[in-house]
Amino acid sequence: MINGVDVIGMLLGGLAAGMVLFIVSVGLSVTMGLMGFANLAHGSFAMLGGYVIVLSMHRLGLGFVSALLLGFVVVALVSIPVERLLYRRLYRAAELDQVLFTIGLVFALSAAVTLLIGPENQQLVLPQVLQGQLDIGITRYRTYSLLLIVVGTLIAILLWLAFERTLIGAQIRAAVDNRRMAASLGINVDRLFTITFALGSGMAALGGGLGAEFLGLDPQYALKYLVYFLIVVAVGGLGRVSGVFSAALILGLMDFVLKKYLPKGGTLFIYVLTILLLLWRPQGLFGRAAR
Amino acid sequence: MTTQTVAAVRSDVHPAARTLAERHRPRAWEVVPWLAAIAFFFALPTHLGFGTELLITILFALSLDLVLGYAGIVTLGHAVFFGVGAYTVGMLAKYGIWSEPITGLLIAAAAAAVVGLGSGLVLLRTTGLTLLMLTLCTRALLEEAANLGHDWTGGFDGLDSVPIQPIFGIFEFNPLYLTTQYVYALVVLFVGFLIVRTIVYAPFGQSLTGIRENTLRMHAVGAPVNARLVTCYTISAAIAGVAGAVWAQANLYVNLSTLGLDRAATVLIILALGGYGRLYGAFIGAILYMVLSHYLAKAYPTAWQLGLGLLLMVIALCARNGMIGIVEPLLQRWRRVRSAP
Repeated sequence: MINGVDVIGMLLGGLAAGMVLFIVSVGLSVTMGLMGFANLAHGSFAMLGGYVIVLSMHRLGLGFVSALLLGFVVVALVSIPVERLLYRRLYRAAELDQVLFTIGLVFALSAAVTLLIGPENQQLVLPQVLQGQLDIGITRYRTYSLLLIVVGTLIAILLWLAFERTLIGAQIRAAVDNRRMAASLGINVDRLFTITFALGSGMAALGGGLGAEFLGLDPQYALKYLVYFLIVVAVGGLGRVSGVFSAALILGLMDFVLKKYLPKGGTLFIYVLTILLLLWRPQGLFGRAAR
Repeated sequence: MTTQTVAAVRSDVHPAARTLAERHRPRAWEVVPWLAAIAFFFALPTHLGFGTELLITILFALSLDLVLGYAGIVTLGHAVFFGVGAYTVGMLAKYGIWSEPITGLLIAAAAAAVVGLGSGLVLLRTTGLTLLMLTLCTRALLEEAANLGHDWTGGFDGLDSVPIQPIFGIFEFNPLYLTTQYVYALVVLFVGFLIVRTIVYAPFGQSLTGIRENTLRMHAVGAPVNARLVTCYTISAAIAGVAGAVWAQANLYVNLSTLGLDRAATVLIILALGGYGRLYGAFIGAILYMVLSHYLAKAYPTAWQLGLGLLLMVIALCARNGMIGIVEPLLQRWRRVRSAP
């Protein structure tokens, strides 16, 4: 029988998974919205971040929070030259070249990680405080999942504020809506893109670390979750923080619930739903119609 | 005046017109790949399994070239049709419904064409990133469906020892003695190649190239763009289905790998390595990829993946059209140098 506590447990688990999906995918949504770039390698930045975070905890003895910050900073910094030197040359190229380049990048990074660190799964060991369960009145639930929900919500609010209330956020929104117009108004779109790319990759790194506990972390990470990240972006709409947030939560919840009640056909259901949705609204559930 | 113009454009007079009129004629060097394939049969009788796999891959890449290279449809889900062809043949034979190989190919082609037509009618209304996503999801969907339909498809393990009748009742598909498989795959590839070559040089193929280069203009001149794309997608699906069917018949088994993301990505990579929109890109890419992966991937799998990744990045950044894209300008330069006094 389904009872109230089970429902709450499922909601919380699904929300926690959705938050991780959001943190990883939000950068992809903005960069794809800005440049229309078919970036299949976004998951690789999440994977790199996950490795930096987990290994700095294992080998350098860093705390969880400082490891997360380190992962964010390292991946954001690494992504700047990658964008400036490589991605930039393909913005005007055919879609096929973008697909090939990013698939190549996924292969190369996953092979590099296998060579340097090894093919095995890296276990994220949570600090003692986060391992237990927390009493939230109605039920007890895993502290870490609750923390993910809180952190995810905070990040979403912060990003929303940054998007809606700051100058750079306004510039990004303008460039997503109409890049040429934004550029002719004097917005430096190139610089804007480098900044968003770096921040987006940093966010992905954060998501890779935060989600390593239940998504796992191995060299195949980027390929394994590629479809999920892309579904979130496609459903949420390009360049829409709030859309990606809603889409990630919906997908996280659906995946969690379906895995429990329909362990075999669950993924099938998600794919069918995504296909139908994209046929109905190619711009995504929350995206604005293309001009 | 008018008669003069007509005379000037007549194919035997004007060099440009002659080039256009003779573009589709077979050239002398086009016999080389087929001679090489026959030589392979006699020279390397112990590698016929590899050879068969290579021939099938070429046919599969050729079918993708029609869609990607000529019509310009970027798809990440072409393995769907390969898988449908393979499963059609495999399931029909396994459950004792139909096990004659050559008619089996036709049934597989029809099944894949139906899937191609159905999905093409729906998916090809979109473009760009949405299309990419949709093809990605469709492939994942079918793979998951084949995995779940365990009772029919054998699920994760697939169907093995599929009973396929001998060709013409004489030539047996022997898993240990692979001559039949090789010759069979070669003949099917040759027929498939002739079909693709004919399509490409026909007005239909020319209009596909037009759509690839400038869709808006093709709309403007009144070409039925969407109908052409769907037709091309369906034909390509049928050919990919035949490739999958030959794969299933030659191996006498079917499994989920026929529908996998690996296969979908590999065939894209092969075409990118060889050069798309060029007919022979599929040959060059498949030979290059298969030989390298056959010898390197087993010994150094990780280094192979790293090298492949870097190679793809370089091709996307610099070469734009694979090996043909690198060699062709050099050849042209050489010809110009030679023809200059």
